Amino acid sequence: MPKYNLHINGSQKSVETEADTPLLYVLRDYLELNGPKFGCGLSQCGACMVLIDGVAETSCVRPVGSIRDSKIITLEGLADNNEKLHPVQEAFVQEQAAQCGYCLNGMVIASVSLLRKNPNPNDSEIREGLELNLCRCSAHSRILKAVKSAAKNL
Amino acid sequence: MIELPKTSRRKFLRNIGYISVGFPLLSSCFAEQDQKIAARINYDGNLPGSMRNASKVNAWLQVLENGRVLVFSGKVELGQGIRMAICQVAAEELDLELDQVEVHLAETGVTPDEGYTAGSGSVPNSAMSVRYAAATARQKLLELASDKLKTSIENLILYGGKVKSKNGNQSLNFAEILEGAQIDLEVTRPVPVKINTEYRYVGKSIHRKDIPKMVRGEAIYIQDLRFPGMVHARVLRPASYQAKLLSIDQSDLTSQVSGVLKTHINGSFVGVIAEREYQAIQAENFLRRKAKWSSGTEFPEEKNLFDHIKSIADPARNVREEGIVSSEFSSKNTIKAKYTKPYIMHGSIGPACGIAKYDGETLHIWSHSQGIYPMRRAISGMLKMEESKIHVISVPGAGCFGHSTADDAAADAAILALEYPGKHIRVQWSRNDEHTWEPYGTAMIMEMEASLDDQGKITAWKSDVWTDSHSLRPDSDPATLLDTRYLENPVQLKGRGYLGGGHRNADPYYDFPNMQVNAYFFEGPLRVSSLRSLGAYSNIFAIESFMDELAEKGDKDPIEFRIAHLTDERAIATLKKLKDITQSQSVKEGEGIGYAFSRYKNNTAYCSIAAKVKVDPETGKVNIQKMWAVGDVGQIINLDGIKNQFEGGMIQAASWTLKEQVRFSGEKISSEDWYDYPIFRFPEIPEVEVEMIDRPNENAEGGGEVSMPPTGAAIANAVYRASGKRVNDLPITSEKILG
Repeated sequence: MPKYNLHINGSQKSVETEADTPLLYVLRDYLELNGPKFGCGLSQCGACMVLIDGVAETSCVRPVGSIRDSKIITLEGLADNNEKLHPVQEAFVQEQAAQCGYCLNGMVIASVSLLRKNPNPNDSEIREGLELNLCRCSAHSRILKAVKSAAKNL
Repeated sequence: MIELPKTSRRKFLRNIGYISVGFPLLSSCFAEQDQKIAARINYDGNLPGSMRNASKVNAWLQVLENGRVLVFSGKVELGQGIRMAICQVAAEELDLELDQVEVHLAETGVTPDEGYTAGSGSVPNSAMSVRYAAATARQKLLELASDKLKTSIENLILYGGKVKSKNGNQSLNFAEILEGAQIDLEVTRPVPVKINTEYRYVGKSIHRKDIPKMVRGEAIYIQDLRFPGMVHARVLRPASYQAKLLSIDQSDLTSQVSGVLKTHINGSFVGVIAEREYQAIQAENFLRRKAKWSSGTEFPEEKNLFDHIKSIADPARNVREEGIVSSEFSSKNTIKAKYTKPYIMHGSIGPACGIAKYDGETLHIWSHSQGIYPMRRAISGMLKMEESKIHVISVPGAGCFGHSTADDAAADAAILALEYPGKHIRVQWSRNDEHTWEPYGTAMIMEMEASLDDQGKITAWKSDVWTDSHSLRPDSDPATLLDTRYLENPVQLKGRGYLGGGHRNADPYYDFPNMQVNAYFFEGPLRVSSLRSLGAYSNIFAIESFMDELAEKGDKDPIEFRIAHLTDERAIATLKKLKDITQSQSVKEGEGIGYAFSRYKNNTAYCSIAAKVKVDPETGKVNIQKMWAVGDVGQIINLDGIKNQFEGGMIQAASWTLKEQVRFSGEKISSEDWYDYPIFRFPEIPEVEVEMIDRPNENAEGGGEVSMPPTGAAIANAVYRASGKRVNDLPITSEKILG
């Protein structure tokens, strides 16, 4: 079975698996990360998002064999070395922007990615930036507030 | 003096849950804070239903060795924040800091059997049971401390987990008072509870403790549980509801897919276990290609669904009769309207997961079921295994919004665990499994008829409701679990479960002198069960749409028209407040504001909703600009928590109202994923504003379902005002507005 050396949350991780294994299963099943969640396996809901070279992407269909030297950051890798939360994480806590919280990984990752490209997005730019991410509990209005408040604190 | 059984150290430790989302141990920095004694009042009302089978203090709380308090609840966390609400209530009555309380949610053999976590019942049942148990415990702790310290109760202060003498010379923590025993004492009325004006936590917006863990990606959900040696499984669901497995060729499976440990075929149940999760998926895909199924019966055509429903329904069952409606309907001012609602989905973002391990004696199951004790009864029946040999631990999953697929995934794992003992078997459902096999909220027809007098008052009202069951939750009938119907010697459902949900809120809360409500039950083509608010969403959609039609016919303002038919001041207060906060809104061409009201189940919490929409006259596209809610849940436990529930309920119900419909064709469910079953995405989300009327002297009601029923009608009424088109056939799509 092929072996892959991956850059995950600042460390090198080595995984032996089939080339077509989606990145999500490598992260959850082999590397025991909890941040990226299985939601659809079809790149329709955003629950499994990770940052790939700083850009939010779904990990549920992307084969591990295509990752190569890209740097992957998951939810677990957002806080700094002193465990201080990223401003987006902090804003989600302050706004209590969750109910069940299952979609929260994707919401936080997509927001970090958005704010990296556009540090001061307006309301419709935030909505577009999070369009792929579904939340069934419907905590959307709090999530929108959290992204706006994170933008102020970046 | 009561008997206090000694509790062993082992028992203390065992009671800490596996991934208990409790609170970190903190040093006792609380000890020197304000220690005044809050006034108390004797509560002599009814005790919650949950206390019938768990009437003693130690069923609800125990003191840990370090003096902290472990609270038990038979309810589960669904994202509604019940863990925090229970923590607040316990800390309040025992004058503890919040971080001195841990909450252990549902686990068989450990927590009380509180049935299902459903029906907005967790606050009035579980949190109130904890309140009375904690208040009783407080009194007992004071009595025992008084004996030990040889001083009167009046000379003692209970605060921060300690009982101290007022002169400060003597102090005991709760564990020292009990000396390892627990309070094995009946909770009896009157219960001395804290007077609500002295509350420190109840009614306040207190942040949930699980959200900081969620943002860090800590293990919270059943999907995050990992056990040494755990293996992964998938169950291949049949090709359709009635399909039976004819054959399956497994000959090349292990050469084609690595890591396969076992396949298990029993009747039409096909399970496969592999070392790694992705291997289990590949094995399932392989088996799908190699399986042959019999064909089943076809669904009726979608466009004929409502005619079909009427053709198969039982005769009318009268569920309410006041006065005589028939004589009123002979008058001229009688109008009728028909409303329909399609099948809709729970649509959890996280497909179901179940984990089980059989250790040769006991079957351990981890599940995000809403009712672990009733599910255990069903699994016991399915496996023909004694209940006492099955141990179920509740673990949060993604929000489920009623009875969805958690129990079925647990059943899958249980079956496979018995076939592959000694290992934790983790079964994960796919998105397709979830979309096509979940028990939907049933399609319904609501026909309304009412007559108006010359003053524009309603003199008679009739609701006729066609509905399938709204609860086929797992319980003593094992066929409530999907697998039971597909194993060898399959067993089909014996009944249709709880039918009353279909006419929930079908009788208007208004004061009409003559009223008749009839239900026509049917057994429809799609699998159904409880979806958030049951029939109330559909019935209130019909009633409150019809109220607007009647107001217009009587030339009345819609809010004043409703108030004129209400006598309950709490109901009226929500409407008046809603009018206050929306009256400054300007309405431009193509925009409209609609209103609706309901009291959930006609005997719990109140909610009035306004929706402001814009309808594009060219495309018919509806844009909900803003929604407002005014709610009254009686005594509020957590203000931010209840607002969060109301906001989520409004947005989810708005998505149902504008977008959602389960599609089917031939013998297949064709809504297989989020493209085939679209729900609201961010660009469609309205702004929402929630105002709560706190009534600390009223019973505390749950709020999880309260804002959903009036949301649909408020949107329909707003669309009518914006476009002149009244759509009675959900969902309200642009085609129907233009059509």
